[in-house]
Amino acid sequence: MPTSLSDRACIVGIGETAYCRAPGSGKTQLGIQLEASLAALADAGLSPRQLDGVMPFPNLGSAEELAANLGIASLRFATTVHMGGAAPVASLRVAAAAVVSGLADYVLLPAGWNGYSGRRARETVAMDVSSLPGGAIARDYYMPYGLTAPPQWYALIARRHMHEFGTTPEQLGAIAIAMRKHARLNPGAVMKDKALTMDAYLASPMITAPYRLFDCCLETDGAAAVVVTTKERARDLRRRPVSILGAAAAQPYPADEITNRKDLFETGLTIAAPRAFAMAGLTPADIDFAEIYDCFTFEVLQQIEETGFCGRGEGGGFVEGGTIELGGALPVNTHGGLLSEAHVLGMSHVTEAVRQLRGDAGERQVADAETGVVTGWGDFGDGSIAILRRG
Amino acid sequence: MSETVATPRPLPAWQGLTGEFYAWCAQGELRFQRCDDCGAWRHVPREICAECGAAAWSWVRSSGRGRVFTWTVAARAMHPGFAADAPYAPVVVEMEEGVRLVSLMVDCPPDALAIDMPVEVVFVPVSTEITLPKFRRA
Ligand SMILES: [Zn+2]
Repeated sequence: MPTSLSDRACIVGIGETAYCRAPGSGKTQLGIQLEASLAALADAGLSPRQLDGVMPFPNLGSAEELAANLGIASLRFATTVHMGGAAPVASLRVAAAAVVSGLADYVLLPAGWNGYSGRRARETVAMDVSSLPGGAIARDYYMPYGLTAPPQWYALIARRHMHEFGTTPEQLGAIAIAMRKHARLNPGAVMKDKALTMDAYLASPMITAPYRLFDCCLETDGAAAVVVTTKERARDLRRRPVSILGAAAAQPYPADEITNRKDLFETGLTIAAPRAFAMAGLTPADIDFAEIYDCFTFEVLQQIEETGFCGRGEGGGFVEGGTIELGGALPVNTHGGLLSEAHVLGMSHVTEAVRQLRGDAGERQVADAETGVVTGWGDFGDGSIAILRRG
Repeated sequence: MSETVATPRPLPAWQGLTGEFYAWCAQGELRFQRCDDCGAWRHVPREICAECGAAAWSWVRSSGRGRVFTWTVAARAMHPGFAADAPYAPVVVEMEEGVRLVSLMVDCPPDALAIDMPVEVVFVPVSTEITLPKFRRA
């Protein structure tokens, strides 16, 4: 019974490096993940020797090298969820299952890359599709026609949404502006000092229509990590835990090819969200804030719909008028997200949710935040969701 | 094709079912797999029928006609092989048989595209082996 996992595992530590868009921090991809991991362990009040589980982000590090560097002498749980940007939140579910079932006591989830000073995010997929599920399909049936990178794939879905439901550029702009407003309250956000107006949004150059420049996430250097353990062990640790009330992950059908889905808007989250809410015993109306994987603006809108915060096709109206801004009914991406804080592969959405539920979010704190949602979106529409509660 | 592009455009692998799909294109025929048992069309190529599980299938010729289902306009190339082409517009065409495929228009500027616009297949050789199915306005 999946419900047996509800409220039995917790996030007990979070750690982050600085996030930046600058050449050459001098640190390696592994180095920044180690830095974030040590910060998460210190936050929890754990020594690396106590760790016995690690879940590396797909293709960005091995459990072996992480364990060897951290001094994890008894690594007995090491696995990776291959869901791209949906991996961190999907890994929360697996980590919860691991600690509750006794496969491991303390599981580390790191993610990080030099997405700016190293190989740019935009290049990694265009040139190396073999890292993707469905990579051979992209190579044989997408790339020869110039469809070579994620914003281009997802723009196909965004245009259909605009056609079927009348979603407008201004509504996508409202998402970009909300993320930017939140980033301006976040001392760690790369775009902290840069305001964004609707005029500037609409005037920004097209990247892959209907996506403009400001519909697209940042490319940054940085890493984040969290530590998961059981509710019982969490009582002995340093920080007030954040409980995993519900968690689910799922894939669209087919997961390895976008264009032949009967319904382009049915993604992994469509399947996962109701399961996570059932597991938590909650409904979307019970949620105080949402950290939603925002690789591009439309993916925020689509995930708001598929999570059930509004009906399908209603996302455009939902995101207007400040609803998703701090002070609105559902603040979204209170840290600024991938669009305006940094691209930390979805892990900084988890750390931000924990910060909000601890009441540590400073100027961007959601008042009386008790329950929050975190989502992940990856590859061709894999989806993950966790419902977290103040412990 | 332009001779000035430093990085070649990516080409499909000339192997397996994909090799068969593109071999038909090289002969000037657009064919998709169709299940011999339940009659379901499918694309991209798959080993067995996901509708009924049957292993038997045939390459059956498409009418070559379809409609634009969606598209994006790449204002800048994200693969260097397409740098000289931008802006260009990958389209998804929904064929009369119901399957969809990613392609490019040969006669339609990006700003003239419209959802449900009728199109028909044409064949464009891009290497000694590979011919791509592309589309023109019908
Ligand atoms: Zn069949």
